[in-house]
Amino acid sequence: MISGPVIIGASFTYLGLLFAIAYWADRQAERGRSVIAHPTIYALSLAVYCTAWTFYGSVGRATENGLGFLPIYLGPTLIALLWGSVMLKMVRISKAERITSIADFIASRYGKSQALGGLVTVIAVIGVVPYIALQLKAVAWSFTILKHYPEVRMPGQTALPLWHDSAFVIALLLAAFTILFGTRQLDASERHEGLVAAIAFESIIKLVAFIAVGLFVTLGLLGLAGHELPAAVEAARQASLLAPLLKPSVSPIQDWLAISFLAAIAVMLLPRQFQVGVVEISDERHVRRAIWLFPLYLLVINLFVIPIAVAGLSLFPSGQVDGDTFMLTIPIAFQQPWLALLVFIGGLSAATGMVIVETIALSTMVSNDLVLPALMRLWRRHRPPEDLGWLLLNIRRGAIVAILMLGYLYYRLAGEAYALVSIGLISFVAIAQLAPAVIGGLYWRGGTREGALAGLSAGFLVWTYTLLLPSFARSGWLPTAFMESGPGGIDILAPLALFGLAGWNEITHGLFWSLIANLGAFLIVSSLREPNAAEAAQARIYVDALRHGRAASAPLWRGSADIAELIRLAERFLGVQRARSAFEHYARSRNLADTDTLPADGQTVSFAENLLAGAIGGASARLMVASVTEEETLGLDEVLDILDEASQIRAYSQQLEQKSLALEAATAELRAANLRLKELDHLKDDFISSVTHELRTPLASIRAFSEILYDDPDIPLDLRKRFLGILVSETERLSRLVNQVLDLAKIESGHADWRNEAVVLQEVIEQAAQATEQMIQDRGIQLARALPDTPAIVWGDRDRLVQVLMNLLSNAAKFAPAEGGRIDVQLHAAEPNWRLCVADDGPGIPESELELVFEKFRQTSIAGAKPAGTGLGLPISRQIIDNLGGRIWAENLPPKGANLCFELPAHRPDMSD
Amino acid sequence: MRKRILIVDDEPNIVISLEFLMMREGHEVRVARDGEAGLAAVKTHKPDLVVLDVMMPKLDGFAVLEAVRADEALAKTRILMLTAKGREAEQKKGLSLGADAYMPKPFSTRELVDKVKELLDRDD
Repeated sequence: MISGPVIIGASFTYLGLLFAIAYWADRQAERGRSVIAHPTIYALSLAVYCTAWTFYGSVGRATENGLGFLPIYLGPTLIALLWGSVMLKMVRISKAERITSIADFIASRYGKSQALGGLVTVIAVIGVVPYIALQLKAVAWSFTILKHYPEVRMPGQTALPLWHDSAFVIALLLAAFTILFGTRQLDASERHEGLVAAIAFESIIKLVAFIAVGLFVTLGLLGLAGHELPAAVEAARQASLLAPLLKPSVSPIQDWLAISFLAAIAVMLLPRQFQVGVVEISDERHVRRAIWLFPLYLLVINLFVIPIAVAGLSLFPSGQVDGDTFMLTIPIAFQQPWLALLVFIGGLSAATGMVIVETIALSTMVSNDLVLPALMRLWRRHRPPEDLGWLLLNIRRGAIVAILMLGYLYYRLAGEAYALVSIGLISFVAIAQLAPAVIGGLYWRGGTREGALAGLSAGFLVWTYTLLLPSFARSGWLPTAFMESGPGGIDILAPLALFGLAGWNEITHGLFWSLIANLGAFLIVSSLREPNAAEAAQARIYVDALRHGRAASAPLWRGSADIAELIRLAERFLGVQRARSAFEHYARSRNLADTDTLPADGQTVSFAENLLAGAIGGASARLMVASVTEEETLGLDEVLDILDEASQIRAYSQQLEQKSLALEAATAELRAANLRLKELDHLKDDFISSVTHELRTPLASIRAFSEILYDDPDIPLDLRKRFLGILVSETERLSRLVNQVLDLAKIESGHADWRNEAVVLQEVIEQAAQATEQMIQDRGIQLARALPDTPAIVWGDRDRLVQVLMNLLSNAAKFAPAEGGRIDVQLHAAEPNWRLCVADDGPGIPESELELVFEKFRQTSIAGAKPAGTGLGLPISRQIIDNLGGRIWAENLPPKGANLCFELPAHRPDMSD
Repeated sequence: MRKRILIVDDEPNIVISLEFLMMREGHEVRVARDGEAGLAAVKTHKPDLVVLDVMMPKLDGFAVLEAVRADEALAKTRILMLTAKGREAEQKKGLSLGADAYMPKPFSTRELVDKVKELLDRDD
């Protein structure tokens, strides 16, 4: 029913379908209708992470370790949470710098170093070839197993002639397919729309196939499918075959951590993951959906691993069937040919997706970072061929074939030594060596080219020693003895228990030591010197990628260049037409009519370099451009100056903002000050107006009576006498007013003369009382004094204090009721002050005017009548007391009457100066 | 002809001088010491002429003026404003509010007497 030709026919049909999808997507892209510009397609293309290793190997690992298969998906799920930062950063940098591969990414970071790119490529190829071998093995095995349908038989170690070896045929087929879609043209952006569409489609197929088996088995386990599975499970449970599955555990914990970490790194840095995740992305916003959709995909594809493992272990209790094959052998055992064929296609899609993308990524790296630099060295002595683009494409095609053949060789020679999962993990550890250079490069400015080279080399050497050599030993190429006891019997150097670290899983062990060596070398060597100009420039682009919005490399170039030479260079790689049109487009973007008028400045050179970088990688592009231009070396300071320009502009705009804020504040202050001045001006006007008014009032009386007396000589004597009396008192009032105004002005302006001395307040009171006694007695008011026996000494101007007290007394006299009124003068200590109060038993002051009485010309009226006085007495008193460091206030006394008090600091002779 | 004159001012000495001048002219003189009392006196005694100070406690001269002019019954009352605030603006304000004449303090007694005579003679 299922024969070889059927399987081969189905495989070809499937590959043909893939081809059709890729072709269609490419055509759409050429018409500007990108089918992959969709976040879901992006997330599906990331699922190229799930290879045949996932498809077949997860079940295999579950049969041995129970939940041990999970960390490989847990790590990516957790790291996806950080993609909003890490992945976005990588995408932005790569778009700005036209990064084409992980090797290019690392080489660009450390000053566009060709050596670094080459080393990364070597590590990636050596690390990933076993992984490719694994895929070939999976397809070959699945083919062989399916071919024996309905028999369940494990493929043996057979020595088939090459042309009958399915793995070899598959490798060739995949090479052809990869060449067709990966190297049709030397693209300036190194993006492959058709390929991504095909990969996304494959992700769907493998998921569907896995779910189909999962549902079949789960329904069977639940007894819904009407076959003997539940009974088999019961039997297996009795025989405790299911022990690892039924007692899930996360021990040993270091393995869980190590594998989760490995997988988290691999999902971003594996060449194929970098290709689909960073190089092929069409819009950085797609990352956001992948953050949840990709982990969801991983969850779904792992949902049925345990049920399938349970079913497999129950069906094949004798252990003669490999757990890695359960996906396929279960449908065969249940005589489900179509389901088996679907599984085969699913496995094929998982394997082909991985192989194609991985091979394209590796071939780009090999051609740009290994072969091209070597050729460039050669071209220094021999003239290079005209059409370099064609040459480069053929190099890539050659690299694709070579890589697949290497994978096949590895499969043939070593593929039997290990279970599928282990090979994959060894590859992961190799790729993990890139992590310090990448993560350090993204977040630390101090890394140098030598540091990255040292770290990568150290890590890679330890990886080779602790993981690669033991795997060789297991394949029988090396004596196994050294694995446990170390070379020459030196235990401490045993590859599987380095420095006595025994008891760990060999992957965890290898990862631990290789990363320690890697990170240590990276940090120590990097710290040996400061980053140079090129490194500092790239560090800024990488580390600050998210800060500037879109990272743009500043044209760090000075020298002389010939535009025609640059265009010719580009033509040699990209073809005449595409190079011309790229330059013309660029000229238009700079508002120039044609390419002839393009200035040979840093910007143009940097454009040319970027254009080439898309085709041949950053490091090689830099060297190629340098070969046709004459660049003057820029010192670190100059580079930093150029780079600083941008941040300076930012700083300036910040300063401007601050200054404008300061200006606003100053304006507000000025406005307030102006308002205050206006108020003061207004107050001054009011004051002058008040003074004028106060002066005119006595003047009016004086004039009126003078004229009356002058005009009319017949006025009776008593009336004449009365009028003359008014004249005298109004003149007195006038001169008093003038004196007080002058006094006040003097004190206020600070020009007053102060003759300060120790003054005894009792004496002041006596003096003021004598001066006002007559006036008080005339009004029939009694003056009472309550003074302490000890002299109350203050520091002040005696005459002015007498003046204050006279003001208070005459004030009180005005308000105390005439005939029978009473004025109380009280002096007592109010530590550390002396307080002096003058109380009357008049009507008191309205509560709202207690403060106002100290303002100029604010006279409180008594019963509607205007009190005699200038309205300046209390204001002057306040000025004097304030000036002597005291305070003066008014209050009302129960039951009636006002109390005006002041306090002055008590003066102690010992502290006088 | 004997007329009734009301003097509204809070300065006692000025009141004395005005009272003397008006009585010498043969008028009947009343005195009020603030705006409120002045307005009340205008209403009760309906004087022919009011000599009105501007700066006074309780109710200032302008307010009294406005109140008087608002009362139809008092339409014939002549009002002579007297103030120590001699600014143009004050004068204009007084006149626009309906004062018949405006004199700054210190005033000339002769001009004041003439002005009063003129206002009282202006019979309409």
